[in-house]
Amino acid sequence: MDILPILSTLRRHKITAFLVILEIALTCAIVCNAVFIISQRLDRMAMPSGVDEHRLLHAMLANIGATSDGKARTQEDLAALRQIPGVAEVASVNQVPFGGSSWNTGIKLDPKQHTSTLNATTYYGENLVRTLGAQLVAGRDLLPDEYMDFDDVVRAAAAKDNRMTPHVVVITQKLAERLWPGQSALGKQIYLSDDPVNVVGVVKELVRPSIWDDATASYSMVLPIRVSQGEYLLRTASPQDRERVLAAALDKLKQINPHRVVLKKHIFDDMRHNYFQDDRAMAGLLAGVCVALLVVTALGIVGLGSFWVAQRRKQIGVRRALGATRRNILHYFQTENFLLATIGIALGMLLAYGINLLLMAHYELPRLPASYFPVGALLLWLIGQLAVLGPALRAAAVPPVVATRSV
Amino acid sequence: MSGMFVHNLKLGAASLRRNPLLTALMIMSIGFGVAASMVTFSVFRAVSGDPIPQKSARLFTPQIDNRGPQYNRHGEPPDALTYTDAMALMRAHRAARQTLLFMVGLSVMPDNARIMPFKAVGYATHGDFFPMFDVPFLYGRPWGASEDEARAPVVVIGRALNQKLFGGANSVGREITMDDRQYRIVGVIDDWNPVPRFYDMFSNGAFGDAPQIYIPFTYAIAQKIDTYGSNSCGSVGARGDDWDSWLRGECVWVSAWVQLDTPGQVRAYRQFLDGYAEDQRRAGRFAWAPNNRLRDVTAWLDYEHAVPPESRIALSVALGFLVICLVNTIGLLLAKFMRRAPEIGVRRALGAARGDIYRQFLAEAGMVGLAGGLLGVLLTGLGMLGVGLVFEPAVAKLATLDLSLVALTLLVAVLATLLAAFYPTWRAAQVQPAWQLKSN
Repeated sequence: MDILPILSTLRRHKITAFLVILEIALTCAIVCNAVFIISQRLDRMAMPSGVDEHRLLHAMLANIGATSDGKARTQEDLAALRQIPGVAEVASVNQVPFGGSSWNTGIKLDPKQHTSTLNATTYYGENLVRTLGAQLVAGRDLLPDEYMDFDDVVRAAAAKDNRMTPHVVVITQKLAERLWPGQSALGKQIYLSDDPVNVVGVVKELVRPSIWDDATASYSMVLPIRVSQGEYLLRTASPQDRERVLAAALDKLKQINPHRVVLKKHIFDDMRHNYFQDDRAMAGLLAGVCVALLVVTALGIVGLGSFWVAQRRKQIGVRRALGATRRNILHYFQTENFLLATIGIALGMLLAYGINLLLMAHYELPRLPASYFPVGALLLWLIGQLAVLGPALRAAAVPPVVATRSV
Repeated sequence: MSGMFVHNLKLGAASLRRNPLLTALMIMSIGFGVAASMVTFSVFRAVSGDPIPQKSARLFTPQIDNRGPQYNRHGEPPDALTYTDAMALMRAHRAARQTLLFMVGLSVMPDNARIMPFKAVGYATHGDFFPMFDVPFLYGRPWGASEDEARAPVVVIGRALNQKLFGGANSVGREITMDDRQYRIVGVIDDWNPVPRFYDMFSNGAFGDAPQIYIPFTYAIAQKIDTYGSNSCGSVGARGDDWDSWLRGECVWVSAWVQLDTPGQVRAYRQFLDGYAEDQRRAGRFAWAPNNRLRDVTAWLDYEHAVPPESRIALSVALGFLVICLVNTIGLLLAKFMRRAPEIGVRRALGAARGDIYRQFLAEAGMVGLAGGLLGVLLTGLGMLGVGLVFEPAVAKLATLDLSLVALTLLVAVLATLLAAFYPTWRAAQVQPAWQLKSN
């Protein structure tokens, strides 16, 4: 196909050609970045939690008025929950992954350090690692005789008495790698106050209850502290009967002590779903806009293509009369669209890169991977060709006799 | 003049009917573009609006650095105050109005046995809270300074709670039981839930259901009612092991607000804060130079990143989309108008001035814009339903298709189309009558 005649025609329709190019360029730039943001959000939504999500249940209750024997009541609750058919493990905890509200503390590697090395979340609760189903990759779980009551720990910490504060901790692999890169964390010491705490176990993954920065999402520790704040985690034997077990557990708890209200009750899958609501909203919104954008661009090409064909009916007729085949005419319009699309895509890529730089500066987005460019180009070429097909076929159908008619 | 306008509209309508495909494409383009922008804009408007426009420049929240440069984040003091500092500000009484607040969650025990006990969430605060934040009352009134001082067991309840407990009747003077304590209702407020909830960004985050109970801060402290919101302690053990060490400690959990009506008052209050921090340093509590902040509502929301970046990105994408739709419309209008070059030539030859051509084609574009706007309103309505599916309910509830949004949608559609029509119209008006007639 000869390109020169097309170029000379386009030169005479600068504005229309420019509009098509502009539209394709803008679409290319926006769609590339939008798809990139969508993929980022999808990655985030798939963030591993390190826990046995499909079998976990969460319930939080609050007593009406003050109670004095919280610890004993909690043990009674736990014993009753264990009796429920279908319950595999239970724990009374201070927080849960993706729960939102979190307990955090600074970690030092040296007690003389002025500022903390980093900030990590602290999970408390007897039997917590087993109940969550977190996978131990080194060392051991916390032992029952290492556990202390929260009140005693607080009192001891206030009195600077190190006998009743925890001396062992289980941490996540990511935290271990950050604190001691390339080394085994087992036996190493961290400082939460003036006294050392020994790392006795490492779990593969355990996500924080609330995530400010995705890079530190799995900076978590489990400390041997018993809590009784009415927050329970249950792991069921199988995922099928979790609704039933949750209902049975709440009934049981209300039966033991009716003088309390249920604040929260969740199937863990729902907690993940709720936690990533914003990301899902963003991805959904952008996906909708992208589809609409591509449709509008395609419609624009159809419209301008039809106009062009209508405007050049006479020229087409002349060409046909002079011996051009239908195929020649079809190819002419297809090549023309391909040329415009190519210029638009080239400009669009530059623009996409610019927008990406802007997003990187303002929204901490990573760099747009190079693989987006060929895929984006292919998509737009395809859409351009599909959109121009109708008008081009109509052009090819113009009979040579048109040349002899006046309008 | 108006007769001419109607004539132009008739010409436009006839022309639009002649090319139904192009017309439909243009209307769809405008409709899609405007709808996408309006849906994202309504979400953006919902999350980024000024929650208290009439007073946002006069309400300030003081922050005092009780941690020092080693522990605070990027040199910023904590987002809330210790009890010690909060009480010092209240006692000094340096502002026209001032209040402290922290979140409380109390179990309500209804007299009516058919209603199960439930948790009600709200704030422990001072009487100044209500006039300061222009809280609208349905019944009764706020409590006053005397109740604050007397640590009176009084409560102001929300409309929803009043509906639930008393069927919406005037409940002022009645008593309710919460966490085994009796409170006397002094007021019932109308639906009031500024979004973002600027006064408690520390505990609540920006969005949430309207709080339903307000009790005196002084009574809550006297009764040792713990915060139901967040607290942040500098180090392990800072919380202490009993109520007194909790109050005396360096954990922050109280938010403070002051109303300062003039720049002079603001300056004086800043000086007062620095003076207070300096006193604390002299007393040995702080080992660093005064590092305080006094932000007004707008600056505070900005600092707290109250507007989710999601909504800002979505808005930019949607605006980009609108631009593309406009480029599209320019192209289509150009196609449509230039097709009629012969007709324009005839009209011009018969004596129509350029201005007449302008008016005729702009009227036609305006009709396209209006039709696009109507489609846009329809699509925006559909989009709003979609917002409910993807956004968290608290945000989705705020983004609604109200009359102002409908009007805005139509206005944007018509204006944008007219803007897009300028170049094609100009081109149409440039048509040389003689040339067109000759070529035919």
